[in-house]
Amino acid sequence: MKVALNKKILDKNTECAIRNKAFFRDNKTLCLNVISSPGSGKTTIISKTVTDIGDKLKIGVVEGDIKTDIDAQKVRAAGAVAVQIETRGACHLTAEQVTGALSAIGAGDLDVVFIENVGNLVCPSAFDLGEQARVVVLSVPEGDDKPAKYPGTFAKADVLLINKIDLIDYIDFSLDRVIADVRSLKPKLEIFQVSATTGEGMQGWYDWLQARARDFAGQKS
Amino acid sequence: MHETMVAQSIIEAITAEAQKQQARPIAARISCGQLNPINEEVLNFAFEAIAKGTVCEGTKLTVVEITLKCTCKKCGRTHGFDIYSPACPGCGSTDFDINPDAPLLLEEIEFE
Repeated sequence: MKVALNKKILDKNTECAIRNKAFFRDNKTLCLNVISSPGSGKTTIISKTVTDIGDKLKIGVVEGDIKTDIDAQKVRAAGAVAVQIETRGACHLTAEQVTGALSAIGAGDLDVVFIENVGNLVCPSAFDLGEQARVVVLSVPEGDDKPAKYPGTFAKADVLLINKIDLIDYIDFSLDRVIADVRSLKPKLEIFQVSATTGEGMQGWYDWLQARARDFAGQKS
Repeated sequence: MHETMVAQSIIEAITAEAQKQQARPIAARISCGQLNPINEEVLNFAFEAIAKGTVCEGTKLTVVEITLKCTCKKCGRTHGFDIYSPACPGCGSTDFDINPDAPLLLEEIEFE
């Protein structure tokens, strides 16, 4: 006997993500899910952002890693309120884990919450956490073939930060190829070429973030 | 290994349906979009491990990947999306809109 169901899988995660999204909307807190390979510079970008514009935006961070609270310590040192989720082996965060972390950082009183996902270009893209936008970081040393190899992650991105742009003269990396590939996956993707270490290009990202946080807060007022 | 969470979600759905049908499941078909791929072998490995001792033990999963389609903005033809060869097979234009990716679905369960 065959039974046709056509039931959505992972609907528990989706239901929880919808609740998180409502929480962020009600509190006018802009939530960004930051996804990349390990070592692309997510933590450095977030820390630099907190250092440079933390006086203009109240920023909190939910850190996801398989082990250790190294990243939470780093962003706290930069001045952010932060909570670490240790996934103990799981390769991505779930919406439920994020719900649990929000009260720990007093997310309702913040302007922006960054969720720094576990470093991985595959699994995090399948799990909606309730964010308003996805930020994907691609660093120059990773190579220019990553959008073609991991299209799912790049197709669902709203912002692409091409990090470590200060290294571009030393590495065989075609910016044109990256931009052409991501534009074919997502024509309206916002792209910023940055170096979180030198500060190059970061102002464009800050302007986008502040405008987006302002628009989002204004929507409900 | 996000297949583990997917497997858990499938087990919950099959178990609920098995109770409703009062029957033992033997196979199920899953479909997914190309941007959200699920590896059939890895999914079955995770599923077997979690299903042990439940009504789902012994159920075999098959995964069907639904091709991502895009629609040519010039001639309107719909074709499979290929990042390495994005030109429309009809008119050669590379200006197109990607259609929504297929969702992750438990399409069908076969009961004994």
